[in-house]
Amino acid sequence: MASLVGSRVERKEDKRLLTGKGRYTADINIANQTYAVFVRSPHARAKIKKIDISKALKASGVVEILTGEEIAADKIGGLIAGWAIRSEDGSEMKVPANPPLAKDSANFVGEPIAVVFAESLDEAKAAVDLVKVDYKVLKGVINTAEAMKGETIHDGIDKNLCYDWLLGDRKAVEDAFAKADKIIKVDLINNRCVPNAMEPRACVVDYNTASEEITLYTTSQNPHLSRLIMSAFGGVAPENKLRVVAPDVGGGFGSKINVYNEEIVCSWASKKIERPIKWVAERTESFLTDTHGRDHVTHAELAVTNDGKFLAFKNETIANLGAYARVFGTVTPTYLFGPCATGVYIIPAAYTNVKAVYTNTAPVDAYRGAGRPEATYTIERLVEKAALELGIDRTEIRMRNFPTEFPFKQTLVHTVDSGDYVAGLKKAKEMSDYAGFEVRRKKSEANGKLRGIGVSSYFEACGIAPSAVVMSLGCGVGLWESSEVRFNPTGQVSVYTGAHSHGQGHDTTFAQIAADELGVGLDVVDVVHGDTDKGTFGMGTYGSRSLAVGGIAIVNACRKIVAKGKRVAAKMLEVNEDEIDFKDGEFVVVKSNKKKTISEVAFACYLPGSRDSDFKSPLPEGEEPGLIETSFFDPSNFSFPAGSHIAEVEIDPETGEIKVEKYTAVDDFGKIVNPLVVEGQVHGGIAQGIGQALHENTKYDETGQLITASYMDYTIPRADNFPEFNLGFTCTHATSNPLGVKGCGEAGAIASPPTIMNAVIDALGGQEITMPATAEKVWKACKTMKKSNTKAA
Amino acid sequence: MKTFNYHSPKDVKTASKLSSTSSIFLAGGMTSIPSMKLGLATYKDVIDIKNIKKLSGIKVSGNSVTIGATTKHAEVASSKEIQKKIPSLSKLAGGIGDAQVRNRGTVGGSIANNDPSACYPSACMALNAIIHTNNRKIEAKNFFKDMFETVLKKGELIEAVEFKIPEKSNYQKHPNPASRYAIVGIYLAKHKKEVNVAVTGAKSVVYIDKDLSKALSSSFFSSAIEGMELDSSEMNSDIHASADYRASLVVTYAKKAVEAC
Repeated sequence: MASLVGSRVERKEDKRLLTGKGRYTADINIANQTYAVFVRSPHARAKIKKIDISKALKASGVVEILTGEEIAADKIGGLIAGWAIRSEDGSEMKVPANPPLAKDSANFVGEPIAVVFAESLDEAKAAVDLVKVDYKVLKGVINTAEAMKGETIHDGIDKNLCYDWLLGDRKAVEDAFAKADKIIKVDLINNRCVPNAMEPRACVVDYNTASEEITLYTTSQNPHLSRLIMSAFGGVAPENKLRVVAPDVGGGFGSKINVYNEEIVCSWASKKIERPIKWVAERTESFLTDTHGRDHVTHAELAVTNDGKFLAFKNETIANLGAYARVFGTVTPTYLFGPCATGVYIIPAAYTNVKAVYTNTAPVDAYRGAGRPEATYTIERLVEKAALELGIDRTEIRMRNFPTEFPFKQTLVHTVDSGDYVAGLKKAKEMSDYAGFEVRRKKSEANGKLRGIGVSSYFEACGIAPSAVVMSLGCGVGLWESSEVRFNPTGQVSVYTGAHSHGQGHDTTFAQIAADELGVGLDVVDVVHGDTDKGTFGMGTYGSRSLAVGGIAIVNACRKIVAKGKRVAAKMLEVNEDEIDFKDGEFVVVKSNKKKTISEVAFACYLPGSRDSDFKSPLPEGEEPGLIETSFFDPSNFSFPAGSHIAEVEIDPETGEIKVEKYTAVDDFGKIVNPLVVEGQVHGGIAQGIGQALHENTKYDETGQLITASYMDYTIPRADNFPEFNLGFTCTHATSNPLGVKGCGEAGAIASPPTIMNAVIDALGGQEITMPATAEKVWKACKTMKKSNTKAA
Repeated sequence: MKTFNYHSPKDVKTASKLSSTSSIFLAGGMTSIPSMKLGLATYKDVIDIKNIKKLSGIKVSGNSVTIGATTKHAEVASSKEIQKKIPSLSKLAGGIGDAQVRNRGTVGGSIANNDPSACYPSACMALNAIIHTNNRKIEAKNFFKDMFETVLKKGELIEAVEFKIPEKSNYQKHPNPASRYAIVGIYLAKHKKEVNVAVTGAKSVVYIDKDLSKALSSSFFSSAIEGMELDSSEMNSDIHASADYRASLVVTYAKKAVEAC
């Protein structure tokens, strides 16, 4: 039987999703439901003096209006920071309370203050306009770099500083810097991005007055984790009385990891008003209140020798957390950032210092890549600049500093189990015709255009687990993953996973894995996810962890099925277990070639006993009936995908417009389960990264109003912004899991911003420019370049 | 969206009669409906004019192309006759919004709305268009007053737009990367006696750039305007483009338009 793992199986879910048959949260309606609309703060920072709901309560169709007073009185807990990070001086991080409905103060535009439930959406909206909130408007703290100098947002949190974190050895770095031939310096802004999942957030809550169970349908990347948080910290209901269902979810990119205010409020309120509740965000609400990504201000330096050897690295970063610290908010700019900031290089000494600050802006949390794009941007801008300043070819300087032996003990935290960085970069050079670039540059010049080339080599730590490590770094939970595999009596297989697919294609790839392990056809395997009442438990999907953690739990559960099957088959075939081989779905007696299929064995497991001479299916003594196995997998290490990307851009100096002419990506994702799905993930990641580099400009004005809160002003890149992506792969197997797989979901978004920006800066003759490199910025840079060229001439 | 009375008259006279200070004519609804949904505009009466047959269609005569007010962008883009007589007009229509917008949005709607970054007003100006209403004929240069403001009176309805066929013409736009509206749009038309460079997106309302038009009237080559610096003091400045950048784009795209003619 040909292996399904490794083949280009078309996505099983596409037919359903592309023909409009997906079932998203907003598609769900419950009889007698009410409609929720939230009263939100129009101010970035204000004291809430008084809320007058009297007029709104009398409005047509209004069922109930609730505020922060009621939710506090009911002792419903707030939103949480999932990781505890300590400052360099050993002190604990400072985290403000984040109630689901703000009671005393509002700290960003869009923060929920109160909620109206009405018989129709229109009536709820009309009543919201009648709720009168008396605010005392205060001066907001908006700017990342200036946040520590602003007024104190949260009482008791001096300088608006959550923590001042250090990873690495300052002294060793300073010593190495003193011996350097040259110091390369960059000042960088990693621009804030709005994740913009195609499906806005939504929730539908159905409280059953008889069983006292709450069912919450919601747009979540991790329904089990949401239930845990809502139960443990929100106190909404005990876990056994709270069912969380995340049906089809239209993209997350990190923004749907968090349990949000609206889910807590609607779950609590459904029980209170004894009515089902539906809430669906409008696009502007998504812009204002979904967690945002990135937003770093960085000064970084690299100490080098004249022959291009890297000696030491320092990184001083201010990270904007927004108004509150959320689930991955505090770890994204620390342990997901600092360790990766030394990149794919041997750098003997390094440190990263991060000051995480609160501002009166939307909370910032994980966004595709979470910390690793910021890390890669920092080191790869430095390396590119070092190549330019030292006059060494940009690929050569990288090669000189790559490790060639694995496991590679990276400077700060990770031991990278496998990789071949040299092979990846060589392949990328070949595929992109790196050698032929100067000819293409001249051709562009002849047409009055500026052409640039940029390279970025990256590695990242993903497959986020292992529990022992993440908990020692401050994570509030273990990050294992679980699976249950049910082999039904009549031969189909249901695979339950705690991972959640919201675009990743798990219905297909997880089925491929299980079908291979069990030797059955893909058509009899169904993957079930997204419902806390179905399957065991799970931590969800983010951090490129689904396959490398969740997929392995499936492998292990399948292997338990086969192990039990072997014991049963031995009894059925009247031989010893060690005389049997399992191959292609059959238990075969090696000597006699007598065999039983896995389906026959499964049937026997459910119908133990004998009826007549034809039907004998005895279970071995002491064996329980049934063929269902569960596995919890907790890997020994992260997985470390890596690669090199090369881009070429062409700039029209008259308009400043950038055209991405060529984009080559060579990635090492270990063993690839489905190349088609992986290529889709890489395409999406690169597109999102190019969006950050060239287009996406999240802009708050000085009062904290988000002025890019719609698609009229916030640029999402579109198909015509991209060339055809040229993808290649190298493959070194991960040693931390039995399939040898590594995560692939975030790599494109990690590698592409520095690749593109290095190319743009190359086209501009080395002139620095910030992301997003919009046409006007580039036009200005071209004017400056023209002036300096004229002067030189 | 607040509730409203929906009317669907079959003739212009009834449509006009229904109109009041709290009504709106609805053609493609590409601006009016989003405005109503966002609560930026509310109307008592919405008068849908799509079922008035005489308002739709394309007529070509010896020296002009007349397009009915409710003719959709997609129809203008794909019209063989317009492609032959004024290809730049088809190109302009084919570059508005996306396929969905082009299949709903209309020429009359675009002009009546007079968005400062809409494409069609520049075509009207450059092609010396005459706007036919149910009461009168208005020359394009007298039609567009200011941002979202025209000389149309209450109850006055655009029936058709008559564009003069030029010797040569071209439309070039620098799209807003997010909305794809024109940050700057240049409609260049070379008529027998004059050259018009109409500019949209750059100022609060569409205009003819006199300096560019004059320079190109004397010499219809891009070299005639190369390096020209325009006064940017009245130009729009926003997060997408500063006034100086817009001023530069006007010249750059005017050059592109000449070169494409």
